[in-house]
Amino acid sequence: MPLLWLRVALVFYGLGLVYALLALARKAESLAKVTMPALWLGLTFHFVSLAELTLEQGHLTPSTVHHSESLLAFLIAAVFLAFWVKYKTVSPGIFVFPLVFMLTLAASIGQQPQEFTSPLLRKGWIFVHVTLIFLGYAALFLSFVASMLYLVQERRLKSKNMGKWLRLPPLQVIDEIGYRSLLLGFPFMTLGLIAGAIVAQEQFGAGFFRDPKIALSIMVWVIYMVLLFTRWTAGWRGRRAAFLSTFAFIAAVGTWAANYLSGTHRFLGP
Amino acid sequence: MTFILIGVNHNSAPVEVRERLAIPESRLAEAITRLAHFPGVEEGMILSTCNRVELIANIADSSVDLRGFLREYFETDTDSLAGHLYEYREQEAMRHIFRVAASLDSMIVGEPQVLGQVKAAYAVACGVGALHSQLHALISRAFAVAKRVRTETAIGSSAVSVASAAVDLATQIFGSLAGKHIYLVGAGKMSELAARHLIAGGAEAIFVANRTHARALVLAEKFQGTAIHFEELYETADRADIVITSTGSPCAIFRREHGERFLHRRKNRPMFFIDIAVPRDVDPEMNKVDGIFVYDIDDLQAVVSANVASREREAARAHEIIEAELQRFITRLQTQEVAPTIISLQEHLENIRQAELDRARGRLGKLTPEQESAVEALTRGIINKVLHTPITALKNAAGDAESNTVIDHVRRIFNLNPRNITSGRLNSGNSESQGLGAKSPDSKSGTAKRIPMGRPRDKQEEPLREEEKKATPS
Repeated sequence: MPLLWLRVALVFYGLGLVYALLALARKAESLAKVTMPALWLGLTFHFVSLAELTLEQGHLTPSTVHHSESLLAFLIAAVFLAFWVKYKTVSPGIFVFPLVFMLTLAASIGQQPQEFTSPLLRKGWIFVHVTLIFLGYAALFLSFVASMLYLVQERRLKSKNMGKWLRLPPLQVIDEIGYRSLLLGFPFMTLGLIAGAIVAQEQFGAGFFRDPKIALSIMVWVIYMVLLFTRWTAGWRGRRAAFLSTFAFIAAVGTWAANYLSGTHRFLGP
Repeated sequence: MTFILIGVNHNSAPVEVRERLAIPESRLAEAITRLAHFPGVEEGMILSTCNRVELIANIADSSVDLRGFLREYFETDTDSLAGHLYEYREQEAMRHIFRVAASLDSMIVGEPQVLGQVKAAYAVACGVGALHSQLHALISRAFAVAKRVRTETAIGSSAVSVASAAVDLATQIFGSLAGKHIYLVGAGKMSELAARHLIAGGAEAIFVANRTHARALVLAEKFQGTAIHFEELYETADRADIVITSTGSPCAIFRREHGERFLHRRKNRPMFFIDIAVPRDVDPEMNKVDGIFVYDIDDLQAVVSANVASREREAARAHEIIEAELQRFITRLQTQEVAPTIISLQEHLENIRQAELDRARGRLGKLTPEQESAVEALTRGIINKVLHTPITALKNAAGDAESNTVIDHVRRIFNLNPRNITSGRLNSGNSESQGLGAKSPDSKSGTAKRIPMGRPRDKQEEPLREEEKKATPS
């Protein structure tokens, strides 16, 4: 059943994806009205799917790679929706929808992936860790999207050619979205890392810092701290912040991919 | 008589070229005087606005080249302008000036400022005595045409001003304008208009700096803003989110290093410079500073591309009005050409008639009133019959290339006085219609038999009419 609901959600996200593609081809107007309701519906079904999965396995922590992809997609879509409620701008969707769709697609392909068998997953702390980190990722992804949009809009304003496709939000609004999502994501990531550190300390001892995924995570965290700090003190924003944020995002993707190199994050049974 | 017009406008030349040719208000009178004294030029006027620099003249013979004047006046070679300069003669020149005054040639079609600018140029030209019958009549007509276009089409109402384009851009940058600060540098009409639009969009405090502090004070009071001494400009400009510049400064006021300093002090919050001045007040390099967006008058044009459809329809109607008015004006000019001859022909025959009547009266003895009127009718009838053919011939010849030959033949056959200037100096500037009336026989001398008129204008022209004086430069 959870898989069915997930696939229903996928259809709705697909609508958003079509919107994103059409927006690039300047034909998005016709779909603009249905995109956000589709996202609402997609999120609802996605939530049902996640809830059923949790009930089935008896604990909250994702137990497969697919499950964690599904959770991440859900959180990204939710954060995007939250910003839409505040700023009423669909533009980040051109990045958000493809990612959410891809993650959900990967999660809904029926093939049974490797299961995390580690008894570690039954612990409450690990759920806190994963969820917080994922929330952090979701918010930071949105911040990255805002950076991209900022660069596009800034380029348009500078070159005095506003372009016909996709009317972007005002520059300062994009900047604010980027900053707010940074503000939102940073605490999650910080707390997530702390939670992770506690678990790892208990499980692997002091050596866990040497794990590549953990090292990368800490680097991402440092970049984000620098981002916020320079903004507060020197007023770094705009292009410089956008480049830094892009860099941080790439590092974050690296962190996500580093699962396969990491001894601590494979969650395989002994 | 030939009208000639050369110039550059926002379509033909980029702002870099236009600012090279721009003539500041303070030097316009002198420039027009020099144009009027340029060899072969009988009357002249110069229109210099941020979107166009145009020279219009009434020249003695068609070999006169106003490029020579440009070379002389700007001490520049006109080859570099070749691709940008346009030249119109006769009908094309008339049509063009009608279109300019009616705001059909404007960057933002239908914007109302250009008529005021033409009026201002006209007032200056009148003031230095550079306008006489022909050009005077043409420009006056252009005003009437502009008025007609404005009242009979919706072109003015749908005009998107530079100001609203500026507001649109500011919104693209800042989102809401609420609480944004505006800085007016230079107290021009256009910048005032832009500020008004921005305030309507929610912008807040206004600072005004002007070289003449008194004007800054006046404008600041109008917006309940703060007047700032020009010397404090660089210390205060970073307070503004939107800076509108419109000074007559010949070189840039804001340069890149200023922008970098402002942004540093503002902690990189973006700034938007709207540069309405020509020559530009903001160095284009400034646009390269992170967080600063500079739009000059040409850039604003690009933004105003929307709303074109409805304006085009109205512009087509305006075009029809202009063509009709142009034909009317040309017809009037042409009849004006033959009118003096017709009048002196009529006067000549009337004199003969009167003389013959006087001589015959003695022999006729006392006539009854009925007889008197019969004689009157008889003599008049004969004259009119005789005159009918030559007058028709003259009227038909009007505007033709041979009109001068016909006029000369008629004059010789009827032994009329050679075309002279006995009726005295032209009454240029007296009234709009007089220049077109049939009362200035001298104005119509053909090129072949032109009697040198010298240059009896300059100082001794009658003073400006009141309304001309009131036409304020914008």
